[in-house]
Amino acid sequence: MTNGSPGSELSAGQTISTALPQLYKRPRIREAIIQAILFLCGVLSILITAGIVYELGKESLRFFTRELWESTNKPLAAAVDASTTTLEVGPAGTSLRPGDIIRLQDEILRVEAVEGNLLRVTRGVKGSTPAPHPAGTEIFRADRVSLAEFFTGTQWIPQIGKFGILPLVNATLMTSVIAMLVALPIGLAIAIYLSEYASERARSILKPIMEVLAGVPTVVYGYFALTFMTPLLRSIFGRDVVEVYNTASAGIVIGILVLPLVSSMSEDALNAVPRSLREAAYALGATKLETALKVVVPAALSGIAAAFIVAISRAIGETMIVAIAAGAGPNLTFNPFQPAETMTGHIVRISGGDLSYDSIDYNSIFAIGLVLFFMTLLLNIISQRIVRRFREVYE
Amino acid sequence: MTAQIPSSAFPEEQFAENLPQRHRTARWMAAVFQISTVFGIIVLLTLLYNIINSSFGLVAWQYRVPPESLAGMPLEELPKEELMRILQENVSANVLRRLEREKPLEARSQEELYALVMERVVQPKIVKTWSLVDSIFRRGEIMQEVARDYPDAYLRFRSWLNARFLTSPQSSRPELAGVRTAILGSLWTVLITILFAFPLGVGAAVYLEEYASDNWLNRIIQTNINNLAGVPSIIYGMLGLAIFVRAMEPITSGIWFGAAEPATANGRTVLSAGLTLGLLVLPLIIINAQEAIRAVPNSLRQASYGLGATKWQTIWHHVLPNALPGILTGTILSISRAIGETAPLVVVGASTFITVDPTGPFSKFTTLPIQIYQWTSRPQDEFRNLAAAASIVLMVLLLSLNASAVLLRQRARRRIRG
Repeated sequence: MTNGSPGSELSAGQTISTALPQLYKRPRIREAIIQAILFLCGVLSILITAGIVYELGKESLRFFTRELWESTNKPLAAAVDASTTTLEVGPAGTSLRPGDIIRLQDEILRVEAVEGNLLRVTRGVKGSTPAPHPAGTEIFRADRVSLAEFFTGTQWIPQIGKFGILPLVNATLMTSVIAMLVALPIGLAIAIYLSEYASERARSILKPIMEVLAGVPTVVYGYFALTFMTPLLRSIFGRDVVEVYNTASAGIVIGILVLPLVSSMSEDALNAVPRSLREAAYALGATKLETALKVVVPAALSGIAAAFIVAISRAIGETMIVAIAAGAGPNLTFNPFQPAETMTGHIVRISGGDLSYDSIDYNSIFAIGLVLFFMTLLLNIISQRIVRRFREVYE
Repeated sequence: MTAQIPSSAFPEEQFAENLPQRHRTARWMAAVFQISTVFGIIVLLTLLYNIINSSFGLVAWQYRVPPESLAGMPLEELPKEELMRILQENVSANVLRRLEREKPLEARSQEELYALVMERVVQPKIVKTWSLVDSIFRRGEIMQEVARDYPDAYLRFRSWLNARFLTSPQSSRPELAGVRTAILGSLWTVLITILFAFPLGVGAAVYLEEYASDNWLNRIIQTNINNLAGVPSIIYGMLGLAIFVRAMEPITSGIWFGAAEPATANGRTVLSAGLTLGLLVLPLIIINAQEAIRAVPNSLRQASYGLGATKWQTIWHHVLPNALPGILTGTILSISRAIGETAPLVVVGASTFITVDPTGPFSKFTTLPIQIYQWTSRPQDEFRNLAAAASIVLMVLLLSLNASAVLLRQRARRRIRG
């Protein structure tokens, strides 16, 4: 033992470096890997959006390019063998035009020219094989759902190839408007009461109640609409006026569903208005009501507007209540007591059954979904813009 | 003459005249605001009333074989031998042989035999149900109605929500149907949702709050997350249908892992549903976790850096533990959203009628909300009663989750303050 100083243990086999520490940053591989992984977590959200747009877009594209075979009600007047290029149709002529694609049994043909009741055709196009056809074979014409038909058609009857989205959009708008008639005034009134009038004690009771209301699952609201709201409406307006399934009952219950959303977002906006504004109003002799309605609400208007728009978007996307209470079957009606299927209701009903992946029904719900997605996206973007653009910044 | 202030400068009279009117309006409107708030409470109470009203009530039973024709005393009290005799006399030889093969009658307990007699011989069937309120206030009328319309029916009070309801699988007969399959399906689905969405969500939140600089890419990510939170849930269902159920079918059906028969398997499994709900709650978890991380005071980070910790060490040892209560609160709330979600699962293809319990990620499944939806859409009253009872189960589950989130939040607040 040379000496008992603690430093002696260190010097046993090591030399203490006397060189300056390296002052440049060492590459830290582990840290870099972690950062990369976290970055990927963040990027995943973009992939989700891209996935939504891609999948909805892809299937919608298939929907709009898919051939629907529509009967021309003009059967072949004479039998043809596998090589004839002239088809004879009935004496009344035909509505087909050059360039049309037609189908005889499994064979697909292209019309080249129309001469009275004679069709000059190219046989076996699009990979089909020419085959003989007996007289009386029905001629089908290829038809596609055009964008114009999709957005302006007033009938949605997939069985006969009618795909006009208006009845579905109309029902969605009806339920949403009814919901807003319930949720906006009441939600705003609750927000004003909670932020301007209620005592601390009342708030501590009321806010959890609104939170419970917000936590009720939508399917329970659907049950409520069907077993309580509808019978209530029927007993008020008469059983022959109000159908068992109707948009009014679904709309009112959607309004109740978004009520907590409207009230809590509006209340946040009202609470953000500084006290000094209220005190200034009181000093000028304004009553509590005048202060609330003419000073506080205008000052919080951007937040309230954003809350309204988010609520509308929520109401448009709401599914289970309308699936249960609004009825099955697209129906273009402005009567809120009639059944009418909304966009979301239709998607749920079609996909709830055994859905074949290669059917026009499967493609069509994606087209509806795409419209729904853009409607809600637009509303959400507007709401975010409003908040950013018109926010009153105090202090 | 001295200059006088014209009285019109301050219209005191007008002001005074106006004042009572303004106060009246103020009082009126205050009442309107208050009534609106009361409306919210009334709605909640009505909802609860509506569900409870259908979950309990009188039920008229009809027996295929009236119990008193079998024995002189109540069947429950009969000894084992008597019950065996009843079975042997009333059940066909075929069925009896099958029952013997399952478990010899001799070896069965009195309760088991009683259940068998009820199921095989007595066969009770519900013919009509009444709501709780009717059962209490119109008991006399109901008894008359039963005596008139169903002379050989029994009237009994039934709680649709009972232990048997919780432990029985789905059945097409309302008196036997239960929610066990659905509850297990919900739990399996949510387990996968948590495993998928929690790490990814927290990871994304850490990246956005701690690493991301203010450039266009990160701004797009942030805006995108906010927008995703507003996408209707049914759209996620369609995404799940296209990606998890169809495109990734070999994985989600379990064929790749040898967990399923390639001939019968398809992608409509617990795994697909869990992943779909995971995508749905991911934005919510991210946004909540971001808020929790943002609330961690900067001084903590600086102290950690000052001691020479690296960025990840700072995050892992200081930021995340401090943000954890907030992150968990947000996650629990998101999970309760996932449990209550119905529409995306209908689209992804939850089986509406299934009687076997899910056993793993590749099982067919149903969940509690889907069960409610299914029962609600049936026209018979008995199924409405079942839907109401299942709603109570679901709401109790969600409320206890939410309550735990609130408690967690309060505890975390106290700790930070203390």
